[in-house]
Amino acid sequence: MEKDLKKAGGQLVNNFTVGDFGDVMVVGGGISGIQAALDLATAGFKVYLVDSAPTIGGHMSQLDKTFPTNDCSMCIESPKFVECNRHPNIEIITYTEIDRIRGKAGDFKVTLIKKPRYIIESKCTGCTVCAEYCPVEYPDKFNQEISKNKAIHIYFAQAIPLKPYIDESCRYLQGKTCTICQGVCKSDAIDFTQTAEKIEVKVGAVILSPGFEPFDPRLREEYRYGEFENVVTSMDFERLLCATGPYEGEILRSSDKKHPHKIAWIHCVGSRQVTPGGNSYCSAVCCTYTQKQVILTKDHDAEAECTIFHNDIRSYGKDFERFYQRAENLPKVRFIRSYTSIVKENPETKNVTVRYSTYDEGIKEEEFNMVVLSVGLTPPNDFKELADKCGIELTAHGFCKVNPVNPMETSRPGIFVSGAFQGPVDIPESVVTASGAGSQCGELLSYRRGKLSKERVYPPERDAAGEEPRVGVYVCHCGANIGRVVDVPSAVEYALTLPNVVHAEDNLFICSSESAAMLAKDIRERGLNRVVVAACTPRTHEPLFRDTLREAGINQYYFDMANIREHCSWVHSKEKEAATQKAKEIIRMAVARVCHLEPLEEFDLPLNKRVLVVGGGVAGMTSALSIANQGHDVYLVEKDTDLGGTARRIHYTLEGLDVQAYLHDLTKKVYQHPLVHVYTDASIAEATGYVGNFTTKVESQGRVLEIKHGATVIATGAEVYRPTEYLYGEDDRVMTHLELEEEIAKGNEKVTGAESIVMIQCVGCRNEDRNYCSRICCSESIKNALKLKEINPEMDIYILFRDIRTYGLKEDYYREAAGKDVRFIRYEPEAKPEVEAGESDEGRPVLKVIVPDYILGKKLEIDADIVALAAAVVPSEERKEISQFFKVTLGPDEFFQEAHAKLRPVDFGAEGVYMCGIAHYPKLISETVSQAYGAAGRVLTLLSHDTFVASGSVCSVNEDYCLSCGACIAACKYGAIEFHETPQGRKAFVNPILCKGDGLCNSVCPTGAIQLKHYTDEELLAQIDARFIDFSIR
Amino acid sequence: MSTDSKFIPKMIGIICNWCCYGGADLCGVSRFQYPPYIRLVRVMCSARVDMKHILRAFSNGADGVFIGGCHLSDCHYITQGNYYALNMVLVVKKIMEYMGISPNRLKIEWVSAGEGIRFANVMNEFGSEIKSLGPLGKGEGMNEEELKLKLKAISTLIPYIRVAINERLRVRFDTMEEYEQFYDGEEFARLYRELFADKLAISQIILLLREKPLSTGEISHVLGLTPSEISRHLTSSARHGLLRYEESRWRFALA
Repeated sequence: MEKDLKKAGGQLVNNFTVGDFGDVMVVGGGISGIQAALDLATAGFKVYLVDSAPTIGGHMSQLDKTFPTNDCSMCIESPKFVECNRHPNIEIITYTEIDRIRGKAGDFKVTLIKKPRYIIESKCTGCTVCAEYCPVEYPDKFNQEISKNKAIHIYFAQAIPLKPYIDESCRYLQGKTCTICQGVCKSDAIDFTQTAEKIEVKVGAVILSPGFEPFDPRLREEYRYGEFENVVTSMDFERLLCATGPYEGEILRSSDKKHPHKIAWIHCVGSRQVTPGGNSYCSAVCCTYTQKQVILTKDHDAEAECTIFHNDIRSYGKDFERFYQRAENLPKVRFIRSYTSIVKENPETKNVTVRYSTYDEGIKEEEFNMVVLSVGLTPPNDFKELADKCGIELTAHGFCKVNPVNPMETSRPGIFVSGAFQGPVDIPESVVTASGAGSQCGELLSYRRGKLSKERVYPPERDAAGEEPRVGVYVCHCGANIGRVVDVPSAVEYALTLPNVVHAEDNLFICSSESAAMLAKDIRERGLNRVVVAACTPRTHEPLFRDTLREAGINQYYFDMANIREHCSWVHSKEKEAATQKAKEIIRMAVARVCHLEPLEEFDLPLNKRVLVVGGGVAGMTSALSIANQGHDVYLVEKDTDLGGTARRIHYTLEGLDVQAYLHDLTKKVYQHPLVHVYTDASIAEATGYVGNFTTKVESQGRVLEIKHGATVIATGAEVYRPTEYLYGEDDRVMTHLELEEEIAKGNEKVTGAESIVMIQCVGCRNEDRNYCSRICCSESIKNALKLKEINPEMDIYILFRDIRTYGLKEDYYREAAGKDVRFIRYEPEAKPEVEAGESDEGRPVLKVIVPDYILGKKLEIDADIVALAAAVVPSEERKEISQFFKVTLGPDEFFQEAHAKLRPVDFGAEGVYMCGIAHYPKLISETVSQAYGAAGRVLTLLSHDTFVASGSVCSVNEDYCLSCGACIAACKYGAIEFHETPQGRKAFVNPILCKGDGLCNSVCPTGAIQLKHYTDEELLAQIDARFIDFSIR
Repeated sequence: MSTDSKFIPKMIGIICNWCCYGGADLCGVSRFQYPPYIRLVRVMCSARVDMKHILRAFSNGADGVFIGGCHLSDCHYITQGNYYALNMVLVVKKIMEYMGISPNRLKIEWVSAGEGIRFANVMNEFGSEIKSLGPLGKGEGMNEEELKLKLKAISTLIPYIRVAINERLRVRFDTMEEYEQFYDGEEFARLYRELFADKLAISQIILLLREKPLSTGEISHVLGLTPSEISRHLTSSARHGLLRYEESRWRFALA
């Protein structure tokens, strides 16, 4: 086949696979790509998820924790890996680059180059014996090259696929001098003859989610990165913090492996810089991730001295302001507003000296044990090539060029973008845009939804309820992970002595697909009706085995796991005997429990396919249209007479969009869409029901209408704070920033012809009443300033600010405004500006604005014709009502609370209810549009199915014991329990659809009448008793 | 204080799936080591843990019982179930203390899914604490009979204690310190006397008399209460028709 050898992408290709056919290709398997793939696959499309790394996961997998909740990053991301891996409609292709996209929307032909792993993935069991024996060590990319790894290794412990790859540093690949790994591999899975493979896939749409690259500080010598040993990047520091990092979670200096006690962070490295090598934009995430790193450092070492050298602190996101305060209030933490330079390294101690200056103390030098560079985000590696291969345009910064009112739309129809390739964004924004891009793929490909996707089909379930328990116990060696510590054969022998156990055996990897097939066969042939797998943690693997039970035709709840890895072999690695004893007892407890388990039924609830959208602003309308375009009836309810919401008061954006024209167009589309039913002047009178089956009464223009719907989108917007300060309402020359914008749009000459305008930022927020930043006001004021300068370049404009928060790409407009002589004067909350009516020196009636100037060190008195107040965004008035109607929660600032700050940013905790727009938190129009599409995408993951599956592990009441005391009803915040009338009187009754299975009601019930299935007292007590079987004083 | 170095504590933990179990998993992934005394039971939320489970473990001879949940206000469920678990555990600890069983044998801690090292630390500390307390009963200087009686007396009252917590003791604070302050404070001591002290004494008396008729002095000796307290309980129980005085034998017996 010599003639088939082709040169492709600079690599020799001798394999050419054609004929793969799917709906959507997602390029990039970071959190954004993962979310897009999961949403689309769940919504009935076949998805290819392509990543150039040896595993999916992206940069999020490298982070230790995520702000502002300090969730463990890997812990929240890795379940998504498993979900992708098991999804019948997702095909993951790793270690693969994109080569070319040809064709057009609906009919793309994508060629891929799959790099050689030198591993036959179908044979490899992931046992990692090869890595143990490999003699070559090279810098571990996952650990930022701080520590070493083997030339053959698995990228990280949770990698998908969990197979190793061979790096170029391999001795065989370099000179054919070593084949040790081939010798030790029992599965013959190593194949050095592999070469790059070219794959062609046909898809209807493409989502680009290639992520970002951290800024490389080597590009700017003055940071001394790579030169001074104890200067590290924030990404390096993430790995140092992490338990799976180079020093197993100890923060150590590379120079002497000692703990640094005095650490400095330098902000804006590679961001907000116009000098060569830097980037002019703000990277949007660094302020808050630095605060996270400070908090975590203090967790590691309470005595650590942390110093943060910063410019503006940009805590613009939800809960960021509190997070900043939390970091700032820690002992021995200093936030210093100053530019810095790294001066020298002490040749003996390797400490690093930083020079900085403060207003009161002037220039100072200080020595630190370690300096962390808070590096920014840059476009992904090879972004130019990528754009070229995909046929899309880029911005001057090298990010993907997008439609200003649809940040997921690239310049090429049918190709969408999500995540940090749009520009610097954080994780929630990456997840939102992933769902949003997914929804737009859905609009494009709605006609073929469900055609290629597969639903899993299971055999009918055998009724084993009447049978005696017949338990099978499978004890896993997990390669050597368990077997090296626990005597597995003796555990198997022991298991055979336990009551009801009819079969027990050991297995090298019970999670491998062959073992699963064997297990299913055993269940059928040996007539097992209960299974215990003694292996790893149920948190990751229970779904896999439950699925196997279903495939074998028995109820999936007849299963328990004995965690003898995470809770035994790994934590008692030096006490083999005790660990073996413990493993046996854990198995005994699991067997005791499994014998009591009952078969449970998961409910297939019918789904109403209609959607209610509450709120007819940009968010509600965009979401409604995207859902309607995918074939669902949408009821759009607006309290006002007109659609449009807050956007009706906005006339232009920073980027120059004509908002009113856009809004007009959007409103027209909504009214013209046959599936969107608009109700204005409407309010919600009543809402009942649950996911898939809501009933809402809407009062509109004197009529009451009952709407039955399956999903709800809350897009109720927010309001503008009405200031009580700075003479607002007393002097008509004082107005809010929105009012100023309206006056500019009207061409009011008092405004456009003013000699001097002062804008005061942070009015009504970032204070005790509202401890949050309204996010949009800095951009709004700069937008107005630029517009005024355009109309009247002579005008004096002053912006009095606390921190200018033009995060991300909006930074360029801040610079533009400063360049056009808009004067920015910083004030502290303790010395707020004062506004009073007065006269100018020339006798002109003006507003006198008095503010201390910290740079000049004196009080400034500014004569202003107009004072514009950047009034806070405040939660809408209806929030409480809405939250009660739909059983959704409000956060501490009374904006709606998402299910998870990072990974479920548009979902509510209550299923079937989603949110978008400024009801969630203040945001700009483009961000609102992203979230609106995101909510639509999430709605479609639900409505693309005919039924909704609810867990079988829910509570139920034994009415004979129920005293009707109502303790359970009071405790259940989900509203899942109600009284119902029985011949014996009122008794508690659980609606299994609303029950979340937490079991709180069980422990408040005086008589134990209410029990959580799968965790009943009987089951738990059997497990507890089995712990002590050899000793009882009862 | 036990000095028995061969003593291997029997411990059990009941922990929530979302945080503490995750922390225990991460602890394993990170290979942090702790002593192999404990066996863990998984529940979905620490709020599912019932005092019945705890008392059953102690009745089975557990030297230590551990309850683990998410950090306060981090509960995976909107019920904030870990506050309920905390309330219940602190009440049970207090009852144990008043009954002469070391409350340090019962521990509740919050470990997030990201705190593998913390899980190991908690296990190490609790393990050595139990080791120093010695075996259940023995460490308290209590014989098996006495211990059995006390645990049974508490277990009998479980439905009552649950109601008492629901109606009288459901306090809500933001921090552990505030909780501890409340339960160590005057007000709780008063509530304990009002709600539990008599009930527990009578529960024990009835359990004792179930075995055989006893005199006031004998009962007072077993329960460690003064004869006058005992006779108060005996009189009131007799008035309620729970027991009777056998004049011939100078003993009390069940009615």
